[in-house]
Amino acid sequence: MKTKKVYIYHSFERFWHWLQAILIIFLAFTGFEIHGNYRFFGFEEAVRYHSIAAYMFLILIVFAIFWHFATGEWKQYIPTQNNMKAQVRYYLSGIFHHAPHPTRKTVLSKLNPMQRLTYFGLKILIIPLSVLSGLAYIFYRYPQSYQIKYLNIESLKVIAVIHTIAAFLLIAFLIVHLYLITTGETLTSNLKAMITGYEELEVDEEEDMVEPKEQIS
Amino acid sequence: MRKIIGALGIMALILVVVVGTLTTRIIKPTKIDQLKEQYSQKHEPSVDHSLFPQLNREFNSAKDVTAECITCHNKRHTEVMNSNHWNWEREEYIEGRGIVSIGKKNAMNNFCIGTQGNEKSCAKCHVGYSMDSKGFSFTDPNNIDCLVCHDNTETYAKASNAGGDAVPTLDLNNIATHVGQPKRTNCGVCHFYGGGGDNVKHGDLSSDMFYPDQDIDVHMAVENMDMQCITCHKTENHVISGKMYSLSSMNHNRVFCSDCHTETPHESQILNEHTLKVACQTCHIPAYAKGKSTKMAWDWSTAGKLKDGKPYHEEDSLGNHTYLSIKGSFVWDNNVIPEYQWFNGKAVHYLEGDVIADTTKPVVMNELLGSYADQDSKIIPVKVHRAIQPFDPVNRILIQPKLYSDNQGEGAFWKDFDWQTAAEEGMKDAGLPFSGEVAFTKTEMNWPVNHMVAPANESVSCAECHAREDGRLAELNDFYLPGRDYSHILENIGFATIFLTLIGIAIHAAFRIISK
Repeated sequence: MKTKKVYIYHSFERFWHWLQAILIIFLAFTGFEIHGNYRFFGFEEAVRYHSIAAYMFLILIVFAIFWHFATGEWKQYIPTQNNMKAQVRYYLSGIFHHAPHPTRKTVLSKLNPMQRLTYFGLKILIIPLSVLSGLAYIFYRYPQSYQIKYLNIESLKVIAVIHTIAAFLLIAFLIVHLYLITTGETLTSNLKAMITGYEELEVDEEEDMVEPKEQIS
Repeated sequence: MRKIIGALGIMALILVVVVGTLTTRIIKPTKIDQLKEQYSQKHEPSVDHSLFPQLNREFNSAKDVTAECITCHNKRHTEVMNSNHWNWEREEYIEGRGIVSIGKKNAMNNFCIGTQGNEKSCAKCHVGYSMDSKGFSFTDPNNIDCLVCHDNTETYAKASNAGGDAVPTLDLNNIATHVGQPKRTNCGVCHFYGGGGDNVKHGDLSSDMFYPDQDIDVHMAVENMDMQCITCHKTENHVISGKMYSLSSMNHNRVFCSDCHTETPHESQILNEHTLKVACQTCHIPAYAKGKSTKMAWDWSTAGKLKDGKPYHEEDSLGNHTYLSIKGSFVWDNNVIPEYQWFNGKAVHYLEGDVIADTTKPVVMNELLGSYADQDSKIIPVKVHRAIQPFDPVNRILIQPKLYSDNQGEGAFWKDFDWQTAAEEGMKDAGLPFSGEVAFTKTEMNWPVNHMVAPANESVSCAECHAREDGRLAELNDFYLPGRDYSHILENIGFATIFLTLIGIAIHAAFRIISK
């Protein structure tokens, strides 16, 4: 098995990943303070920081969506059933027998089927639920204060429950994510890749002939 | 390429910082500064009454002064005689009932209960003279007491148990020549002593308000704008704005903080959004009865106990009466945290003769209408006064007892200490049926808190309401409040999920370590 050092995560992707991580963690921390689970910043400050981080997150998402489409990276997240059973079997048993990864990571296909499904679910379902319910939280009073009856949201309860479900799911995701990044070639190879951008990847002999043309700076 | 971008970025950053710090913005005076300027200007009267020969003479009685006032102010008496300060009643529309005439004349409360039969004592706070239980001429302008509101010497006083007559030893010449717009003292001699004592009734109107400091009330503080009652309770032709919902029922002619401060006075947008559902008073009056204590509970059923055949009293450590033979037992408190209710400006009242539907529950004398779903409702702070007072268990109506009389033997409770006769006479005066049986029942009365506004930096903090346990709004739970409310099921499932996730990865990691 021959490996080559490949530049797999370019600058913007890493910037996006880490800033999003910091923002989501900070949003969760301030969010659960607002929810009432503990007191740290103080309620008023927690709300203010949560709002600021939320707006930053929204701006980041806009840039990220543009990047996904402009670079074609969106294709990486299309879910597939191809190799799904093999991938599940790997995590449930194969990994304990030092079996090889059933899917090969390349620049054009960075995610295994389970990852594709998980991140797709985050992008299409959980994050939009959280963002939209968060926006409803910020702005729900305006329809009522301007007497627009048909846009009036009677109670915050539904918005709050949706926002909280998304929050719990994101935290569960975060825990699993932080654990599963240790399942690379070495415990830290995935982390290093997301910091430096470079990863030692298996190369297919034939593919090696042709350098990937996408040089995204 | 990267170096160029980096350099441009740093230059842009420097540019922003420089432009931001060195340029100055034209700063308009804030709304609060404008208000302070406007209300610091003292009212200059346009007339000096001491220069009038008609007033520079001896007056035999206060009624003579009134007659003299009318010779110049020859239409004002009509205005006064149209007001509810004079008539002790006013037409009000009560939801579910229609138009009724309600006022001190016929209303019942859970303090001294009712005026009928007791006028000679109660009229100490009537803007007139010579009122007693036999009647009163509401059409005689000479019975108007101009001086109680318009004396500016702070020496005028009305006598006790005299039907509203003035104290006989006043220097009426001095008082008549120094009249003017009412000051806090004028309103306060009645309104701070409602219920029969200092701060008994309202909780937010006490003798501390005659010359308050900033800690008592920011608007009326002498060192601040020294605002008078009429500064907010603007009055035209003796029609005074502002309602007390013990007697009022309708959402009109009210005084609002937003009349001066607008609905969005805060720098913070988040705070401005609260004003849609939360009244200004809720955050800006964190406690009432900040100086003198106020009465929180009154138990009439213990009244009537005598020592050696004579009435007696007991006091607490602050000098407040805890027991009076004439009135019963009381509970006082100060620095009271209000209760909170939804309110849309309308109230319904217990009117005399109303049958009590459920005698096991307290009778709410004045229910404040409102709810979260009602767009006109806001959360307001309320003093709830709780009492145990006499009622007729056969007819199931509250009893309006005769309390005051000049002499014994006329059935007045304050002289004879007999509930039987007091009820008989009182109900007769009120024109209500009486079965002959007296029992006691619980009542509640709602007094919205509007005064004793605290300085801005002492207003209620966010976490006092947005708290899971023991928040100020813990009892007001007909709506979802973030920080207080949450779905218990979701909470349990959510944290269970996280816990199971942690267990899951721990097991997985353990197996990986073992298999290494």
